[in-house]
Amino acid sequence: MNDRRRCRGLIAFASMIVFCVTTHAQVTFERLLNSAKEPQNWMTYSGDYSGRRFSELDQINLTNVRTMVAKWVYQTAATGKLETTPLVVDGILYATAQDNRAFALDARTGRPIWMYQRQVPGDIRPCCGRVNRGLAILGDKVFLGTLDAHVIALDAKTGNVVWDVIAADYRTGHSFTVAPLAVKNLIVIGVSGGEYGVRGFIDAYDADTGARKWRFYTVPGPGEPGHDSWEGDSWKVGGAPAWNTGTYDGKTNQIFWPTGNPAPSNRGEGRAGDNLYSNSLLALDADSGKLNWYFQFTKHDEHDWDATQVPVMIDVQASDAEARDAGGKQLIVQANRNGFFYVIDRTSGKLMTATAYGKQTWSEAKDSEGRPIARKEASPTLEGHTVCPGALGTTNYMPPTYDAQTGLLYVTARDQCDIFSTAPQPYEAGHAFYGSAYFPSEEARPYLGFLKAIDPTTGEVKWKFQHTSPTWSGVLSTAGGLVFTGDAEGNLIAFDAASGKPVWHFQMGGAVYAAPIAFAVDGKEYVAIAAGSAVYAFGLP
Amino acid sequence: MGVLLVMWFGFVLVGDAQNPLAGDAKAAKAGEYEFRINCALCHGLGARGGGRGPDLTRAQKKHAHSDADMFQVISNGIPGTAMPANGTNGQGVGMTDEEIWQIITYIRSQEVKAGAKASGNAARGKDLFYGDGNCSMCHMVEGKGGRLGPDLTAVGESRTRDALIESVRDPSKRLAWGLTEATKEFPQEYESVAVTTADGKQIRGVTLNEDSFTVQIMDMGEKVYSFEKDKLRSFQKTRESAMPKYEVDALSDKDLEDIIAYLTSVGAK
Repeated sequence: MNDRRRCRGLIAFASMIVFCVTTHAQVTFERLLNSAKEPQNWMTYSGDYSGRRFSELDQINLTNVRTMVAKWVYQTAATGKLETTPLVVDGILYATAQDNRAFALDARTGRPIWMYQRQVPGDIRPCCGRVNRGLAILGDKVFLGTLDAHVIALDAKTGNVVWDVIAADYRTGHSFTVAPLAVKNLIVIGVSGGEYGVRGFIDAYDADTGARKWRFYTVPGPGEPGHDSWEGDSWKVGGAPAWNTGTYDGKTNQIFWPTGNPAPSNRGEGRAGDNLYSNSLLALDADSGKLNWYFQFTKHDEHDWDATQVPVMIDVQASDAEARDAGGKQLIVQANRNGFFYVIDRTSGKLMTATAYGKQTWSEAKDSEGRPIARKEASPTLEGHTVCPGALGTTNYMPPTYDAQTGLLYVTARDQCDIFSTAPQPYEAGHAFYGSAYFPSEEARPYLGFLKAIDPTTGEVKWKFQHTSPTWSGVLSTAGGLVFTGDAEGNLIAFDAASGKPVWHFQMGGAVYAAPIAFAVDGKEYVAIAAGSAVYAFGLP
Repeated sequence: MGVLLVMWFGFVLVGDAQNPLAGDAKAAKAGEYEFRINCALCHGLGARGGGRGPDLTRAQKKHAHSDADMFQVISNGIPGTAMPANGTNGQGVGMTDEEIWQIITYIRSQEVKAGAKASGNAARGKDLFYGDGNCSMCHMVEGKGGRLGPDLTAVGESRTRDALIESVRDPSKRLAWGLTEATKEFPQEYESVAVTTADGKQIRGVTLNEDSFTVQIMDMGEKVYSFEKDKLRSFQKTRESAMPKYEVDALSDKDLEDIIAYLTSVGAK
């Protein structure tokens, strides 16, 4: 352990002691903004506002991780994919599960404190599973988006409903699967439904009352800039959902929120144009929801390559000449579903670099801004043909992590190609609206899954670990020199962050679709992750 | 919808739902789109069978004779097979009752009444399977045969004729699927594996299951092993099937037709 790390460990330990005697304090916006000061807590989806999913805790580290053991397991009784990222505040763990479930556990023991479930309407058919990725916390409430498109505030101590508002009609395909983001006194949340031809939006609700303070439609209406990027009335069913959690820059009071595919997802005919603001990164003023700038990753997408990956804010030191040459210090980066790693100046939205980090066949040229552009031949055909990456993408919703110690961004990646075939499917409210089908290309087997470490200043993949099969797990890095991720075979794995060598694993008995977190209670560090139908916590013996 | 109740002269008939869209050309077209989204992954574009789903253009179907049977199969899946319940296969978003009826209407419109009947001699095929063809050394049918390769009892029904021919003539082109874990996206395949243990013992066989740290193997003598990979001296896995490539000089077209006829006759039971 170097001095810097030891010092940080002492600071972290001291702050734990302080918070042990002031448990259950209100979670203020200031606490969220300064989350680095209380590394024992995990208070937002990504652990902080920057989207780094990095923990300053280093009690579990390279030297002792081999001794790590399971501390407790909580069975949710839910079936299907458990995609939740838990929150931990002052010894209480808050998480969600399928079918509109939320619960609070004693983070020390895994014993439930309260459980909540909102009944799911019988006629609901959410795309891609009845999943939920987590809660937001603010004040003495936690906030849940539901499959039937409600936003609900629950009392953090009891799970009782404080307020419940309907954001949209689930019968037209609107739903929430995203973990909301609490900013100031607002609860920011983005809608799902790109497979149903919804008109996407991002909402902000007053945390005290549930009153909607603003809505940003991700598909511009008549008279708004960008409206002319849609053919005819196609904007009305244009998709561009916003189903993964964005990040927030307190210095500029901007929310960075990514958007998903235009609808129908695999057929561009009938929606000629760039289809703004699908597959884009939006910089929104947090108070008004006004658009400051946008960057569109995949124009006029026909392969379902939602750009809904967590955008990670990275500040590059001024002394780093190479980074300075790369174009700026305040960056926002995204490992995109389309197979390219994008570095963007977050003060302006200007693209710095775009570098392939996985197998791709759709683009072989860039436009004048440096953005990869699609080959005409990559469009789906009636008979179907193979394009890489497949519709599931090089990565997907699984959150990456950035470790400032190694200067590397770690992301789950997949090499898989799909056959994309088109079909002129008409829009019908509440019905699936793909416009085509895709399925794995047998010729492209085997499909490979990786954990990749990318140097964001160059886009270079510094190391990669090949999983037995592709995984849907997100990634966590810690000050202990470790990176954690799960696999489809049910393992939680710890890696040496510098070398990519696996240094510990535990077989949890269920595939991982969630992302790990780290927290501490009573001065003891834990790593938690959902796998199968359960939430697991690990620690030192 | 599940089971429909139909009132008729005071009697209640259960499970005899009629397809409200039967013969409707527009519904068949809509069903084709739904089929592409939800079914083509296994059953192929055009419903003519994919690598692992039966050819649905055959008029005779093992699990669903009537439209009502088909509705049940699509809604609830077939336990013990790769056929999932509606909305649980990771493809598409699940279908409404109306969309399921559209798909059934589409499948009916694609059926070839005079279906491609196996032309071989099933009795002779059985003799070959258990005799000179050496198939039963590694494959089991109705409880009799070897364990190293997949059980072929149902394969004549669940695979197309073309898929069967390909898997005999070129077994490495598409490996067979084995264990499917509950929520795992891709099932284990029958990959060939060779390991050298710490004490120098060499073992060859097929993978039964595997993760990044352990592997479960059946060797050529059908013995099952489990190894921690980091304790092995060597671990090599290939996508070359353990099954030999049966060229025409080893197995004539006529012999292959007879074996397919045998497997098809067993599969249809």
